Amino acid sequence: MNKARRNPFNIAAMHGALILYTLIALFPVFVIVINSFKSRKAIFREPLALPDAETFSMIGYQTVMKQGDFFLYFQNSMIVTVVSLFFILLFGAMAAFALSEYRFRGNTLMGLYLALGIMIPIRIGTVAILEMMVATGLVNTLMALILVYTAQGLPLAVFILSEFMRQVSDDLKNAGRIDGLSEYTIFFRLVLPLVRPAMATVAVFNMIPIWNDLWFPLILAPAEETKTLTLGSQVFIGQFVTDWNAVLSALSMAILPVMVLYVIFSRQLIRGITSGAVK
Amino acid sequence: MTALKLSKVCKSFGPVEVLKNIDLTVEENEFVVFVGPSGCGKSTLLRVIAGLEDATSGTVEIDGEQVNTVPPAKRGLAMVFQSYALYPHLTVRGNMALGLKQAGHPKDEISRRISEASRMLSLDDYLERRPAELSGGQRQRVAIGRAIVRNPKLFLFDEPLSNLDAALRLNTRVEIANLHRQIDASMIYVTHDQTEAMTLADKIVVLRDGRVEQIGSPMDLYNNPANRFVAEFIGSPAMNFVPADMIGGPKGTYFGIRPEYATHSETGALSGTVVHVENLGADTNIMVDIGTGKPFTIRAFGQHRVEPGAQTGIAFDQANVLAFGEDGQRL
Repeated sequence: MNKARRNPFNIAAMHGALILYTLIALFPVFVIVINSFKSRKAIFREPLALPDAETFSMIGYQTVMKQGDFFLYFQNSMIVTVVSLFFILLFGAMAAFALSEYRFRGNTLMGLYLALGIMIPIRIGTVAILEMMVATGLVNTLMALILVYTAQGLPLAVFILSEFMRQVSDDLKNAGRIDGLSEYTIFFRLVLPLVRPAMATVAVFNMIPIWNDLWFPLILAPAEETKTLTLGSQVFIGQFVTDWNAVLSALSMAILPVMVLYVIFSRQLIRGITSGAVK
Repeated sequence: MTALKLSKVCKSFGPVEVLKNIDLTVEENEFVVFVGPSGCGKSTLLRVIAGLEDATSGTVEIDGEQVNTVPPAKRGLAMVFQSYALYPHLTVRGNMALGLKQAGHPKDEISRRISEASRMLSLDDYLERRPAELSGGQRQRVAIGRAIVRNPKLFLFDEPLSNLDAALRLNTRVEIANLHRQIDASMIYVTHDQTEAMTLADKIVVLRDGRVEQIGSPMDLYNNPANRFVAEFIGSPAMNFVPADMIGGPKGTYFGIRPEYATHSETGALSGTVVHVENLGADTNIMVDIGTGKPFTIRAFGQHRVEPGAQTGIAFDQANVLAFGEDGQRL
């Protein structure tokens, strides 16, 4: 370690900056959570005060539980996010493996074509997507959302994963071939574990926009039984009256699952499992 | 019985021809070394034999059977890679067992073969460790063990020693030579190090730019190189080349003199200024500038006191001089 890093002043400055940033980032979340436990009056009187015996109220949570099928929304969001991530990772990794491993005519062109989606916002095609969904009868199904999110996530996944897969040693794959492993076994047993950190990165990048998305649920699946959490929370926000207790409670609960998923994936980000595989 | 036969094997990547009409046979139990400078196609040739690359044209026969379309695992061979290529998530035992499990051998057979291989390579203490917990030399032994347990008719080594340090390289070289004596199989070994080639091989194949320059036993190549390239590549320090007209030969041709056949003396056919001296203890390399641009190396046995800057003559026996034509071919 160099001298500048060991200097106590520098360490303090570095940690100070990081702590400050953490506080700024956490502040909105903190305000949402404390206010979700307060009565409506208390929220407006002193938005930054912690709930005390007088102002504590679970009214927001009660409203959320009573009105609409919150657990169904929750389940819908979870299904859409997890299934979309699964498909993005599976198909993204497979396409990336093919692009990085096999020599075939049009390889580079195919790679560019698959990466093109990064530059074109999928929402431009909303009308066409809606027409397609109507034609195939997928409107108001979770499948509609899963398909759209998978398509939205694939370009970046293919791009990132193919870069990482190029770094996996050829010798390792060839050793597998000589040992009689099939291409699928090589992909699932040798290559995927080695690019796990990259997979986690792709998962985290894709997870949060999907969980928070309002646009496609509103357009493709607004029916009661397919509402996602974000869409479901909108019922509390009216043009003239907003039930802040309910909105804040719904948001507080919506943070939890995505946080759990993030913790799971970020552990993978940190874990370095591959050292010593090849010199 | 021939273990491997290549006929007219060509390989090109797009417009680049990497291998050009390779013809080669490997007899049973023979140790063949492919040697050549980097980029000469020796590793590609090994990969074609292994089935990891398809030959563009030509045939590959193993044990008398054409295997051009047979997948690597079914060719009855095993390969040891330069980077070891051990499976990082498996233990040493798992690494060795995987290929056998895949081929559907019974459990007791697998464990018998693993214990035999680990005894041969003294890996008994490491069987439950993962590759990350092993040193470079141990990893290389595991890679060799993974090849042995498959009981192949043909071993392929792709520069197995180039990631090891000098002392370990010597030890492992001896181990590989011992292994060859113990095991009933042919071996093909790729290296760019001519010392490894000379010490291990029954037969050396010298490659350059995707062509076979010469095939022969180590001493054959040393004593009778077919051309200037082989003469220069085999032997260390490298052979000296002197324009023939400096010592009364025909103009345009070259004389090749091995450093060990030349002596420094008061008189001699050549003379020049000593530019550098390497004292190795057992012998002394004396480099003499004779005005050809490249210093002439004399390998003198024993220890000699020669100072750079001194004038010296170079004497050699005409019987040990090899003549090369303008095109580099032996005359």
